[in-house]
Amino acid sequence: MKPFTTLTGTAAPLLRANIDTDLLIPKQFLKTIVRTGLGRHLFFELRYDDQGREKPDFILNRPDYRETVILLGGPNFGCGSSREHAPWALLDFGIRCVIAPSFADIFYNNCFSNGILPITLPMAAVEDLATEGPLTVDLPAQTVSGGGRSYRFELEPARKTTLVEGLDAIGVSLTSLPAIEAYEARRAKATPWL
Amino acid sequence: MSSGARTLYDKLWEAHLVETRPDGTSLLYIDRHLVHEVTSPQAFEGLRLAERPLRRPEAILAVIDHNISTQNRTDGSFEETSRLQVEALVENVQAFQVPYIPLLDDRQGIVHVIGPEQGFTLPGSTVVCGDSHTSTHGAFGALAFGIGTSEVEHVFATQTLPQRHSKNMRVRFEGTLPEGLGAKDLALFLIGQIGTAGGTGHVIEFAGSAVRALSMEGRMTLCNMSIEAGARAGLVAPDETTFAYVAGRPMAPAGPLWEQALANWRGLPTDEGARFDQDYTFDVSGLAPQVTWGTNPEAVVDITGRVPDPRAATDPAKQEAMRLALDYMGLQPGTPMEEVPVQVVFIGSCTNGRIEDLRAAARVAKGRKVAPGVRALVVPGSGLVKRQAEAEGLDRVFLDAGFEWRLPGCSMCLGMNDDRVGPGERSASTSNRNFEGRQGRGARTHLVSPEMAAAAAVTGHFTDVRRLLEVR
Repeated sequence: MKPFTTLTGTAAPLLRANIDTDLLIPKQFLKTIVRTGLGRHLFFELRYDDQGREKPDFILNRPDYRETVILLGGPNFGCGSSREHAPWALLDFGIRCVIAPSFADIFYNNCFSNGILPITLPMAAVEDLATEGPLTVDLPAQTVSGGGRSYRFELEPARKTTLVEGLDAIGVSLTSLPAIEAYEARRAKATPWL
Repeated sequence: MSSGARTLYDKLWEAHLVETRPDGTSLLYIDRHLVHEVTSPQAFEGLRLAERPLRRPEAILAVIDHNISTQNRTDGSFEETSRLQVEALVENVQAFQVPYIPLLDDRQGIVHVIGPEQGFTLPGSTVVCGDSHTSTHGAFGALAFGIGTSEVEHVFATQTLPQRHSKNMRVRFEGTLPEGLGAKDLALFLIGQIGTAGGTGHVIEFAGSAVRALSMEGRMTLCNMSIEAGARAGLVAPDETTFAYVAGRPMAPAGPLWEQALANWRGLPTDEGARFDQDYTFDVSGLAPQVTWGTNPEAVVDITGRVPDPRAATDPAKQEAMRLALDYMGLQPGTPMEEVPVQVVFIGSCTNGRIEDLRAAARVAKGRKVAPGVRALVVPGSGLVKRQAEAEGLDRVFLDAGFEWRLPGCSMCLGMNDDRVGPGERSASTSNRNFEGRQGRGARTHLVSPEMAAAAAVTGHFTDVRRLLEVR
């Protein structure tokens, strides 16, 4: 996985609450068997009209936001389905960071599996950051700044390490193989029906 | 309060803890892994690319459910675009020696229906699936949660997942549910109270007399919807109802192992005096049937209520969100819910596609006719549910009333097959999500119980089902 240290670029505000994973990428694009190429389907319903033409008013279709790398969202971002197609679509579009007051659990986990940094900040801070101009995210320093504003964010140390070092989570767990085998031996005695 | 008192969740967590790492994360052992065609292909591919073996194929049960037609099971029974995933799953289960229920097998159905049906889901186990509604299995006192595809691959390779301990929440539903109401009303009511993010970071244990009185089907409906409250998982402590359901299932323990398992399971319920981070109690004796009006499950009212007015909300952001939702839903503030007409009725899904759900809907449909202009589908959750329903004559009740009787699958819950709600059409749906576009582009979804869905089908608009039941 690509390590995440700092990121500077366009930040697009989409401040509605409960941006669900159906909105991030609808069902008809879940039929793929690869992880790539989903960026053009990101926010499909909001981004295109019935004829498949871009809606010019939608933020990501506006000339200044086509190179968006950071998304600013409302509370409960990513609620709904477990579809990893949602972070795959974000990543494929070029978005590597989402800043919102709160995230749904499964989506939050899925971000870390894909090198995307979800940053939790109070709504007032998200709104404050949602003005024009690029933002800079500094993960090692745990700050977001831009236009003279700067906010510090909290992140669990293990999550931070995963992103900064671009760790392969499966590889890390496999270093615990002796513990897994020991557990399986205990389990075979304690709960043999499992 | 005794210091050693533990919750059901704490017990499940501790029993599956492989190790706690220096960075504070815990490695949790996964007993059971359900796999379907939509969220698994990239995980199998990941194993191949990394040349990693699949650690415990016997811990898996795979089935096709999301993509398939509910009208035709012969060759070519899915849309062309779905074929790739269907074929990929069949190839993958062969290549990795994964237990699989074939499409034409009677046991085929929605993952969250067949897991319990087969006795694959057991009390005291950990259950995962690349599907958010895995929370369903918590009804058995199993720690069950949805995961992403990378995590599916993680479980394939390690049989574990790095996890963080969630907070404990208890929701007690006390009293006796009125006639015509069920677990779906409890779930929608709760989400209306605590919100779609109310359970975030928590595992919810459902307790209280109204929960103890629920059948396993009802408990599954309740736990299924806990993800819609944002919870990591939902739980109901196992009891005699649970054991009676599990006993004799094909994959459940038998003989001396059953006795041993039973002794273990009896120790699972939350200890007296255990502490919950959040604790709610609701008296549900006077609850009315619930119906959603907006574009997420917390936008819910009593069937006796009206479409709410955004001006009544104090927060401007909330007002704007309500306006957006009403605009999408094509609803006017102040309209009585009972006057809202429907064009589509969907009875099925992992939330409400089990035998008891079909019985409840049939009780309302019996001797009545689907209203003119309404298309009504009944989609059993599995082949076994379908067979049972047919043995009880429920298919005849539905067909005589003008409902369509379909083959099992996820169907119109998310419309990955050809069952969709058209643009601007309004549906009364027993599924779990009323998000924009969920059932089809521009589709207007209202979540209800099976009883309420059947009532809407036969009247052509949302109707307080209690009145239809009184007429009998």
